[in-house]
Amino acid sequence: MPPVFGVLFDGFAYGMLLFLMSVGLSVTLGMMNFVNLAHCSFAMLGGYVAITLMNAFGWPFLATLPVAFIAAAAASVVLERIFFRRFYNASDLDQCLLTIGIVFVSIAAAAYIYGTDQQPMQLPPYLRGSIAFMGLDLAVYRLFLIATALLITIALVVMVEATRFGAQVRAAVNNQRMARGLGINVDGLFAITFALGSGLAGLGGALAIAMLGLDPQFALTYLIYVLIVVSVGGLGSIFGSFAAAMLLGFSDMAGKYYVPAIGAFLIYLVMIVLLMWRPSGLFGRR
Amino acid sequence: MTSEAIPVRPVQYLQAQMRWRWSEAAFWLATLLPLVLTPNYLVLASQIAITALFALSLDLILGFSGIVSLGHAAYFGVGAYTAGLLSKWGWGEPLTALVAAAIAAGLFGYVTSFIVARFRHLALIMITLGIGLVLQEAANSAGWLTGGFDGLQGIHTWRIFGRFRFDLYGYTAYGYSLAGLFVIFLIARRLIHSPFGLALRGIRENGLRMPAIGAPVHSHIQTIYTIAAIIAGIAGAMLAETTETVSLEALGFQRSADVLVMLILGGTGRLYGGLIGAVVYMVARDQFSGLNPQYWYFWIGLLLIAVVTLLPNGILGGLAHLARRLKVAS
Repeated sequence: MPPVFGVLFDGFAYGMLLFLMSVGLSVTLGMMNFVNLAHCSFAMLGGYVAITLMNAFGWPFLATLPVAFIAAAAASVVLERIFFRRFYNASDLDQCLLTIGIVFVSIAAAAYIYGTDQQPMQLPPYLRGSIAFMGLDLAVYRLFLIATALLITIALVVMVEATRFGAQVRAAVNNQRMARGLGINVDGLFAITFALGSGLAGLGGALAIAMLGLDPQFALTYLIYVLIVVSVGGLGSIFGSFAAAMLLGFSDMAGKYYVPAIGAFLIYLVMIVLLMWRPSGLFGRR
Repeated sequence: MTSEAIPVRPVQYLQAQMRWRWSEAAFWLATLLPLVLTPNYLVLASQIAITALFALSLDLILGFSGIVSLGHAAYFGVGAYTAGLLSKWGWGEPLTALVAAAIAAGLFGYVTSFIVARFRHLALIMITLGIGLVLQEAANSAGWLTGGFDGLQGIHTWRIFGRFRFDLYGYTAYGYSLAGLFVIFLIARRLIHSPFGLALRGIRENGLRMPAIGAPVHSHIQTIYTIAAIIAGIAGAMLAETTETVSLEALGFQRSADVLVMLILGGTGRLYGGLIGAVVYMVARDQFSGLNPQYWYFWIGLLLIAVVTLLPNGILGGLAHLARRLKVAS
């Protein structure tokens, strides 16, 4: 049986990944009530962009990360302009169907271009191996992952809490109509937030390859996890997403280590119970 | 629905809705055609009829009551496994197995309806998705009961009434599933055109105002959800009986998503939407079966995008719109 701290460490790294991949969805859902099931397709796009640059063009791993961010953000802007913006006032169901359609297309496209196998991934030497720390073996890559994600989280929190843009975002999440009434350009704000959130998902996807692997089903497999994070954490709440992602990361890792027979069963059950207790999520207000 | 056609009294309105139309009679007569025209495709036809029944059950909650469910296959699976297990344990009589499956799925639906009735919007979608996933994981873990990943082996269905054997060509299977579809369709049709059905549509349109006119929203949702679960269970049992196999795929997320796509394709909130959708979807999938399933979902994805952007009310909605346009033009 692995030591408790090792499991906690892995769970923490996993939770940070889930947070990166889901925070954008949480904010856009909170702001526009737009159910974007294709969010993980952007994460997958980021992953494939990174892997292509590394394996086919020989880019260093770190240099691919910003490109993954930009590619996912750019793709999301294109889709937002063409499709999503027409559906802001449509029903939940229509939004779900449109975006799940995009998920299906993205999975098929990825399978067509890259095949259905897991993508091979070679980490640079300085990110491989592990460090012994207080009797624990901490994988370097996971440390890197945690550090990166923490930096991004801090930057996000500062941006949302301390800048004018952040104040506008908070106002729009709180009450979209009121924010419009005050002269905030909510549509433009939303487009930026959407691109930013999708970019973060793309970055998360690129970072996830070495830990979770990458195949065309990625968009659907992790969609469920991301949705759990968003709905349990509460829409529009960065802190809620963080807490929920940690909770999910820990419980999934602990479940896999200690009771592998139960599998994902526990997580789904916990989600149902949590949602029954607080339908709008742990930190949601609506 | 145009306003001038609505009589003043609700009873008359409901009676007008309930009247049979020529197009409906034509549709049901057309369902007999596969027996004559395409006898080689009767196995497929029987699966279409079963899937149409499943889509009809989803339409009752999604189309008429506004309950979006991403886990409806759970009830289908409960029904399928009930019938399959009964047969495996030595009771292969099809009709009683249907009743047993209906009871099992109905019980499960009734229990879960307490959860489902409390939620709307995203939480509801997540809850139904979660119920489906929990059941799938449970069935996967309980390999001693369900056969796990390999599916249930050793199902044998007896003759219907001791006379009609389930043959290789699917004559009996098609007759059986079509009869089941028709009978349950009649019940659903009656239900939808009752005051209860009208109340459901009210809940779909505005769940907050309905209590103000004295409609018990929670219990109405629970009732229709249980009924939909029963119908889904019967559909599942029929699939288990006619194909004599049950696998985890019967209650997977894929099946929930597929049936949703069919219903959207045909048109929600119309009794025939799920039926038409099932026919179109299943025939198309059969025609493209040479394709890798991955690419099949590419076309399904494109289709979904096209339907929601161009045909918001599905095929039937589009046809109705067209008919109205023609009427105005003439």
